[in-house]
Amino acid sequence: MTARPDLRSITTIAPLLRAGTVSPVDLVRGCLTRIDGRPELNAFITVMRERALADAAVAEQEIRAGHYLGPLHGVPVSVKDLIDVAGTPTTAGSALPPRYPRADAPVVTRLREAGAILIGKTNLHEFAFGTTSEESAFGPVRHPLDPSRSPGGSSGGAAVALVEGMCFGSVGTDTGGSVRIPSAACGTVGLKPCPDEVSCEGVVALSTTLDHVGPMTRTVADAAVMFHAMQTRPPLHGLRPARAAGPRVLGVPEPYFCERLDPGVRQALARALDTLRHAGYEIRSVAIEHAARTADVYVHIVLPEASWYHAPTIDVHAERYSPEVRVRLQMGRYILAQDYVRAMFLRGVLTRAVNRALEGCDALLLPTLPIPAPPLGAASIDVDGQKEPVRAAMLRLTQLFNITGHPAIALPAGRTGDGWPVSLQLVGAQNDTEGLLELAAEVEPYMIGGDGSVGGGAG
Amino acid sequence: MQIDVWLKAACDDAERRGLPELKPLLETLARSTAALREADRSVRAVMADTAPPENLAPPDGLEDE
Repeated sequence: MTARPDLRSITTIAPLLRAGTVSPVDLVRGCLTRIDGRPELNAFITVMRERALADAAVAEQEIRAGHYLGPLHGVPVSVKDLIDVAGTPTTAGSALPPRYPRADAPVVTRLREAGAILIGKTNLHEFAFGTTSEESAFGPVRHPLDPSRSPGGSSGGAAVALVEGMCFGSVGTDTGGSVRIPSAACGTVGLKPCPDEVSCEGVVALSTTLDHVGPMTRTVADAAVMFHAMQTRPPLHGLRPARAAGPRVLGVPEPYFCERLDPGVRQALARALDTLRHAGYEIRSVAIEHAARTADVYVHIVLPEASWYHAPTIDVHAERYSPEVRVRLQMGRYILAQDYVRAMFLRGVLTRAVNRALEGCDALLLPTLPIPAPPLGAASIDVDGQKEPVRAAMLRLTQLFNITGHPAIALPAGRTGDGWPVSLQLVGAQNDTEGLLELAAEVEPYMIGGDGSVGGGAG
Repeated sequence: MQIDVWLKAACDDAERRGLPELKPLLETLARSTAALREADRSVRAVMADTAPPENLAPPDGLEDE
């Protein structure tokens, strides 16, 4: 593992906490020091300094007294600031008056029950309605490798916090890719589970039928630890088919998903496929029918659903929304009900198409982002010789699996020639997040390029 | 509602509300809606068994739908 002790994984630190050789209070102090050390990154909106230190002291006493709760006990974690934490404002990155929840969101309750220490609430793209984390009333989140670049979004602060050792795990939300996109841009692991596996209660909604809550971590094993603690719907183990004998099969959806990629991303994909083939994996080319219509289906669901959520405030507080987010919310009002229903019908069609692509495969493997971290403020970007809006490019490879509900996990897959993290995602069968996590743990060593460090290997 | 009729009504409404900045985005949305409707039509064409019955008149009062 990495030599930087502040970037140790949860599974590495947990036995040390249990043995008493590492103190939760010291871990929290270290995280606070690193948060204070890079304020220009705007990773956090609220730092729960006193509460985190007090909770860590309690955890230390509990562990010492033999009341060890498990691998998250005493581990500092953060949550995206659209998730309710009792006693702290929920801002959603907006200039609107925040809400002051009296109760924790169920996902926060679960993490606390597992012994995790909440260190703070991370910055995000306003109302999670963007992929760059640059539109936030609390300042743009900046990429740790170059502050002129975006760390991706909307859960940008969470990914930055992980890369910088400001916490050991984080909770994000993913409506079109908002857990996986910043994980890809920053070189961390991000899991979008199946719908409702982790409760969206107490979470500011973007699109009620597309929203997912998921863990963001440094390793797959950590993602599993966080996911198991966060789960609010029991796993559907009974439906898992027995794994067939023979090599693992990964389906690569080449049409649409591998056609327009940054050369560095293309090279990383080719490198990973080559490594996996040599390791005994069978790589199979597959196609997802109607994939080219993904963005059309997505926009006709997300816009009216977001517009509905913001209907009570968009006129009254119009000036408190950033122009970019306000315009998109206003657009949602013009989508006809019949077109929303058409999108919902095609959602089913796309779901069946992904199921067909998965037939005979253990998972799909494809890039998470077609580009490395984009410059802040860029409206469009050149992708393999073609100009494309940044937002469309960043959502292009992730949003399908929010539409269909298949579990997906972003994994670091090395770096481009000029040092930017690249990520590949694995997409698993419906209702089998457990199977996806098992496979991701098997595949992870072949993807991260050797040194296992956060950020995806050398560079 | 036909796309061009919808687009004109939407742009007029945006103008009335003092939101002229919406117009180019509505034009982009109109292209996306046209693609969505075409996909819907083509999928339904191959799913003949789930296509809406063509020889049934809509219920009273819904002729304009």
